[in-house]
Amino acid sequence: MSSKRLAVVGDGMVGRRFLEAIVERDPSWEVTVLAEEPRPAYDRVRLSAFFDGVSAEELSLATELPGVDVRLGEAATAIDRAARAVRTERGEYPYDKLVLATGSAAFVPPVEGADLEGVFVYRTIEDLEAIKARAQGRRHGVVVGGGLLGLEAANALRLLGLETQIVEFAPWLMARQLDEAGGGVLRRHIERLGIDVACSTGGTKISAASGRLRMETNVEGLAFDTDLIVFAAGVRPRDQLARECGIDVGERGGVITDTACQTSDPDVYAIGEVAAMEGVCYGLVAPGYTMAEVVADRLAGGEATFPGADLSTKLKLLGVDVAQFGAMDGPLATTYLDPAEGVYAKLILSDDARTLLGGMLVGNAEPYPLLRASVGGPVPAQLADLLSSGEVQAGLPDGAQVCSCNAVTKGDIMGAIHEGCTDVGALKDCTRAGTGCGSCVPMLKQLLAEGGVEVSTSVCEHFTQSRAELFDIVKVTGITTFSELIARYGVGAGCDLCKPAVASILASLGGGHILDGEQAALQDTNDHFLANLQRNGTYSVVPRIPGGEITPEKLIVIGEVARDFGLYTKITGGQRIDMFGARVEDLPKIWRRLVDAGFESGHAYGKALRTVKSCVGTDWCRYGVQDSVKMAIDLELRYRGLRSPHKLKSAVSGCARECAEARSKDFGVIGTENGWNLYVGGNGGFTPRHADLLLADVDAETLVRTIDRFLMFYISTADRLQRTSKWVESLEGGIDYLREVIVDDRLGICDELDALMASHVEHYADEWKGVLDDPEKLQRFVSFVNAPETPDPSIEFETVRGQRFPAGTTERSHTGPVLLGTPERK
Amino acid sequence: MEAICAFDRLVPGRGAAALLADGTQIAVFRLPDDSLFALSNRDPFTGAHVMSRGIVGDRGGEPTVASPLLKQVFSLKTGRCLDDEDTALEVFAVEVVDGEVRVGADVRAAVLWPEPPPRRHSRTRE
Ligand code: SRM
Ligand SMILES: Cc1cc2nc3c(=O)[nH]c(=O)nc-3n(C[C@H](O)[C@H](O)[C@H](O)COP(=O)(O)OP(=O)(O)OC[C@H]3O[C@@H](n4cnc5c(N)ncnc54)[C@H](O)[C@@H]3O)c2cc1C
Ligand code: SF4
Ligand code: FES
Repeated sequence: MSSKRLAVVGDGMVGRRFLEAIVERDPSWEVTVLAEEPRPAYDRVRLSAFFDGVSAEELSLATELPGVDVRLGEAATAIDRAARAVRTERGEYPYDKLVLATGSAAFVPPVEGADLEGVFVYRTIEDLEAIKARAQGRRHGVVVGGGLLGLEAANALRLLGLETQIVEFAPWLMARQLDEAGGGVLRRHIERLGIDVACSTGGTKISAASGRLRMETNVEGLAFDTDLIVFAAGVRPRDQLARECGIDVGERGGVITDTACQTSDPDVYAIGEVAAMEGVCYGLVAPGYTMAEVVADRLAGGEATFPGADLSTKLKLLGVDVAQFGAMDGPLATTYLDPAEGVYAKLILSDDARTLLGGMLVGNAEPYPLLRASVGGPVPAQLADLLSSGEVQAGLPDGAQVCSCNAVTKGDIMGAIHEGCTDVGALKDCTRAGTGCGSCVPMLKQLLAEGGVEVSTSVCEHFTQSRAELFDIVKVTGITTFSELIARYGVGAGCDLCKPAVASILASLGGGHILDGEQAALQDTNDHFLANLQRNGTYSVVPRIPGGEITPEKLIVIGEVARDFGLYTKITGGQRIDMFGARVEDLPKIWRRLVDAGFESGHAYGKALRTVKSCVGTDWCRYGVQDSVKMAIDLELRYRGLRSPHKLKSAVSGCARECAEARSKDFGVIGTENGWNLYVGGNGGFTPRHADLLLADVDAETLVRTIDRFLMFYISTADRLQRTSKWVESLEGGIDYLREVIVDDRLGICDELDALMASHVEHYADEWKGVLDDPEKLQRFVSFVNAPETPDPSIEFETVRGQRFPAGTTERSHTGPVLLGTPERK
Repeated sequence: MEAICAFDRLVPGRGAAALLADGTQIAVFRLPDDSLFALSNRDPFTGAHVMSRGIVGDRGGEPTVASPLLKQVFSLKTGRCLDDEDTALEVFAVEVVDGEVRVGADVRAAVLWPEPPPRRHSRTRE
């Protein structure tokens, strides 16, 4: 045989992918392509970008294909199987093998008037050009269909400046991908874009009247007067050529193929949307690409078969995140609904809740790439955590598909990283991952980090060591100054990262007053002035109120001090009182009065113990089973002044009703009938996390001893600015390992941890009293070295609600409404 | 030049603010090697006069101070913000005469230098 002739019908997305693949795998084929459209293949998935000004050329997928004859604008009209030839209006093309890649056509329901001028479908560049021309100078459009395609079309009409109405037959939007709750949340997002939605509604008749259109519906009395109508209600495979020449087609359309993409005629293959793979049509590009590769492999002599398809979808509407992946239904589901933020998420799980089967996300699709890649494996993290931070570490197996557009697994990507890809661009070139819809790009970034594109633990450019390593060095060498440490173990002069970190280590290891000698220069401004710097250059003052318990006399002192120095006062979230707006030179005077009244520093400025909150407990509460107030005060006094990698917070509740919110704290204590439960590793803040139970029903002595060790182990080994929650998570073996170390003393370090804490408790002294007693330290509390008594003239206040605020504050409150809803779990 | 204080009054590795006769606020830094730098005390990102309270150090050998508010880092020599090419602090003349620190009300170096962009740091901020 001199040459093998291959005919391809259709130059769409899948046809083009097939051409690329066959040219690469077996260039000996002589290929003829019959293409109905006037232009070579283009990116239909990004079709809507055409309305954003992306040109037809930019959407083009045309590539150099040696030996391929593409006949644009020449549709196939018939297949003569006996003669093995495809016919067009211009000629006849003999073939040895034939590939059908005719895609599908928009489905237009049999509605009277659907052929009128002003009625469109949404499939080709020509369709969009016609819609655009019609929309010129008009106001209103109707989209029939509230699925993926319909929403995309509706958004396009909106961008063309039309008032847009969606008419959907199903009871909710995207009914094929979302459940009713998800559809409801989506609807609110769509309506917020200014698009009207009518569900459970179908068009019954279209008529033209004075240049406009009228669509009647199945709903009594509901009709739409409009300028144009777009049908986006689904697609039907273009199987006519096959049907007419006797090749088997499916009941609901589509050319039936086996997993080799072979039709009932062994010389004819079908790929893409026209194929009914084992009876199933796929309306997405990814399975089509896989089919293209399968057929190219077969024609090159291979044995490839279709491995099944990932039907995950993500809506590309600007501003509305919707995604669905894996199974729609399953034995178990966990859902999350935040109506105020418009977030709905649902994960479908196996009956033992161990395997993720699928799910849907509306309003926040950030976790989509991670979740999609996790289908078939364990759930990668708590749903709420996934939604609050997209960056949960992915412990994905190598086989997990990361890019489903191009069927690239984590293994492929890790391989490419090891071969030298160091950024997303390189990964795209090497693996094709990320070149389709782009939704996997965040995952690629994570995998780069995971795959040795080094994530450094060094503190900063001056120390290659981690904080934990520096801690050990200081402890072992007994170094007491930063300059000695950097001279021996680091480079350069230090910076705002390593200096406070080292200052904190020196303080944790009992280095005396934090403003002594050289240490003073290391401190962040908050620690330097023992107060919190505010946005206008003033400071806040927070005296310690252990356990939140305070006498009326002390309350009066706070009131008097605030009044006399013109300070704004506020009850904090930590059960104490904050006084804001203090000038540097007033800080010592303020503290003189506070210290005289028996107050101490509250360390609100330090990476140190903040507060131990309490509930009233047995003292007053009819439910209390333990004295939570006394315990909170004892703990707060024991750990006050303790410097740590990040701030430390605690709370004690008198019974399981948990009014002190102890489980949201770094260490939380809850009273039980038999003693105390200890929880560790909780926090609020940016990524809230509940603390985990470390010990149950222990007596006070065991409780305190365990907390001592927990804190000292954390201080010795955590990273800079790593809170206890992240630290516990980072321990290999997690909380169980932690228990082994600090309860069972597996590492034999408990004596040392106990000694460190004993030394802290013994050497604690109030920092503010230390300043007031030292004229040299007091000297620094001035606004200006050359004018010690002059306040900073740039600081101005204004009065709002009877108190002083930095001037200009009230303006800022115009920045828009605040959403008050809190996530509500179902 | 205006005298502001005795040299010994300045803490090594730390800054202090001075108020000049014309109302200008200057941040004066004494480094551990006793070198001196004087820059505007006004943090350009917030408008607060707090630069003297920042932590000094170096980035790639260039002496720096970090704003105590939002932690952007500035070169002590040129005033350039190393985290934002479009921002800089004014730099003032400073000298020690007979143990007294004097600063010049004249801006010695100002605004932006056409230097190559600083190398990128991605760091966690508090
Ligand atoms: C005053 C107060 C708000 C209030 O008016 O109630 C407050 C104010 C500040 N918080 Fe807070 N937080 C306050 C309670 C909280 C709480 C609630 C609590 O403690 O029960 C939380 C969540 C619980 C938690 O921390 O786990 C909280 C989570 C944060 C975070 C986020 C921490 C995180 O891990 O994500 C920061 C940022 C940080 O520390 O890096 C922060 C940082 C800050 C800073 C220090 C910001 C700063 O660096 O300037 C605020 C300045 C305080 C000041 O006096 O100038 N604040 N902050 C509360 C002081 C409590 C106290 O008496 O000490
Ligand atoms: C607006 C829009 C958005 C979409 N978004 C997504 C998305 O986000 N993700 C996703 O996976 N999928 C999406 N799709 C679907 C995706 O575009 C299709 O799955 C994909 O294009 C199918 O490729 P295909 O080659 O099978 O069909 P097509 O791309 O339709 O190509 C078929 C080609 O064959 C030609 N043809 C038909 N009959 C003949 C004939 N007799 N002779 C010659 N030529 C013929 C057609 O003119 C056409 O050019 C979207 C589709 C649209 C319309
Ligand atoms: S929530 Fe934010 S703004 Fe409010 S006090 Fe805490 S840190 Fe400041
Ligand atoms: S998943 Fe679409 S590009 Fe990777």
